[in-house]
Amino acid sequence: MSSESKAQDWSKPAAMAIPKGGYFQDKVEQGRYGPIFPKTPACYGFSILAKVIPGREEIFYKYAKDIEKTIAEQPEALAVLQLHYLRWVLFPIKGDSYFMYQGIFDTDFDKYTEDAVTLFGITGLRTVFENLEGFPMDWQTNPAAFVKFVRDHQCPSFLEYAEYPYVSATEVKKALALKAAFSSMLDQMQ
Amino acid sequence: MLEFDDIQHILLTRAPALAARYEFLSFRDAASARAWVSAIKETIHSAASMRAGLDSDKRWVTVAFTWNGLRALGLDEASLASFPEEFKQGMAARAQMLGDTGLNAPEHWIGGLASPDLHAIVILFARDAAEHERCVSEHGKLISACPGVEVLSVLNLHALPPYGYAHEHFGYRDRLSEPVIEGNGDELRPGAGEPLKPGEFIIGYPDEYGVIATSPQPEILARNGSFMAYRRLEEHVGKFRDFLRQHGESAQEQELIAAKLMGRWRSGAPLVLAPEKDDPALGADMQRNNDFAYKEMDPHGYAVPLGSHIRRMNPRDTAHNMNRRRMLRRGAPYGPPLPEGAPDDGAERGIAAFIICASLIRQFEFAQNVWINDPNFNDLGNERDPIIGAHDGTLEYKIPKRPIRRKIVGLPAFTTVKGGAYFFLPGLKALGYLASLNAQG
Repeated sequence: MSSESKAQDWSKPAAMAIPKGGYFQDKVEQGRYGPIFPKTPACYGFSILAKVIPGREEIFYKYAKDIEKTIAEQPEALAVLQLHYLRWVLFPIKGDSYFMYQGIFDTDFDKYTEDAVTLFGITGLRTVFENLEGFPMDWQTNPAAFVKFVRDHQCPSFLEYAEYPYVSATEVKKALALKAAFSSMLDQMQ
Repeated sequence: MLEFDDIQHILLTRAPALAARYEFLSFRDAASARAWVSAIKETIHSAASMRAGLDSDKRWVTVAFTWNGLRALGLDEASLASFPEEFKQGMAARAQMLGDTGLNAPEHWIGGLASPDLHAIVILFARDAAEHERCVSEHGKLISACPGVEVLSVLNLHALPPYGYAHEHFGYRDRLSEPVIEGNGDELRPGAGEPLKPGEFIIGYPDEYGVIATSPQPEILARNGSFMAYRRLEEHVGKFRDFLRQHGESAQEQELIAAKLMGRWRSGAPLVLAPEKDDPALGADMQRNNDFAYKEMDPHGYAVPLGSHIRRMNPRDTAHNMNRRRMLRRGAPYGPPLPEGAPDDGAERGIAAFIICASLIRQFEFAQNVWINDPNFNDLGNERDPIIGAHDGTLEYKIPKRPIRRKIVGLPAFTTVKGGAYFFLPGLKALGYLASLNAQG
């Protein structure tokens, strides 16, 4: 139960080697939908890899435009996921297209699974996931099936590094806001 | 339209009871168990009959089953498999995720609640002590007539004096913030938000997304029932009062500390509306005491600390998809009150409550896992719910304050989980179906 934060020093870069399978077997934490991948210096994250249904690649590019528009209109749309970064990648293997969806965030995915599933419906993420082989078509009413797909296609890291370890996006934003406030204060003092 | 005549009363109404009794049962023999279900069913009020007889009736009964209990009744494998995974596993199996660790762990639970032999609960709400006694005797006779039904344990509960309002052993006024169900005719008090779709609480109706649950099967089980998480939570009153004395010099300061842990004064007055000084009239005024939010009124937690109990259990306008996380709570305090000023007598006292929701994993377990026990809730870093979180003395509690916040380190555990279980609360027709399983062949 003791807090990890005590031992975490943002000014000291850190790396963590992760065992095969993605879990430290002696301290696997259970979430509502199963074991949780560990928090690393680079926070929580996932890398979901899946094969694209042949011929559907163009949908992914259209979808990128949709997400861009959604976030421009509703900057808070993905707030519940407590994200740092998301990356969407398409790449070929032996002539087939594969999709990688990689996220870095501050809460384990399991905690907000139902919120995430909802969000995917609202933001249009559904379009892209529904073009992946094996994706459960009843995902909207079946969060457990959605989670299973994500878990089945998760490729855990075996090494993660952070220049400023364990720092949450909120802390980063607070620090920037503080800097802005100080700048403003100095301006006022002129 | 809600089928009030098929829904067990506990889901939609609150009995005016001063005494209660929970009996935890084990079924040794399916036929005997079904005979018991058949007989007890006749005593159960639906929401409709409860309302009709509210002025004259003196006792209200509820029956619910664990997954093992449904199996012991003779429910077939296909039907058993159709229940949600978390219910099948049961609360004890999900202890680590729920935060039931250390002294809260199932190995320390009492009353046989962690045992796979726990099959059913029968809940009695009685208008007064005499009726309580009469019902206990009546049920004793029924149990004697059903030799395959064994009582694992019982818990008797009595309202705490003074009786004018609901409160628990620490002295906090209770039952101030309840979700309102669309179509139930509940009074919509200021601050309660819009009524919620019945499917959030009752299986067989559209939920907030318009989805109607199709499990469990057969269909009769997916109508007018719900799921119920039971929690027996011991309250360490002596330790709580010591803590207040340790951190507050005057009686006034101690009251403020108590309020900061909860988010309300013990009178019920919310800190958002009464940040500096208690306002008992506000606390008792059901038209005003829930009429607040956080986003605009208290974004930094200067009134209600970001980690306080009410801010975790109902983050109001500061959480996403709140309507998918609400729960109904029933239950009562148990054990003798500890007089003010008296040293702790070592007697067990606390709250034994039922959290009712359509999805244990989405509602109850989310609240337990994220709102109550996530140390990083609201970016707090090293806190859990100060009242009901899992504590081992290593966590802290931060009280935002200008110019510098107050931080209490080494928060003790004020409560300990003494038992718990997941139950399926069937509709009355479903109960009839369960009672006649063998006859259906």
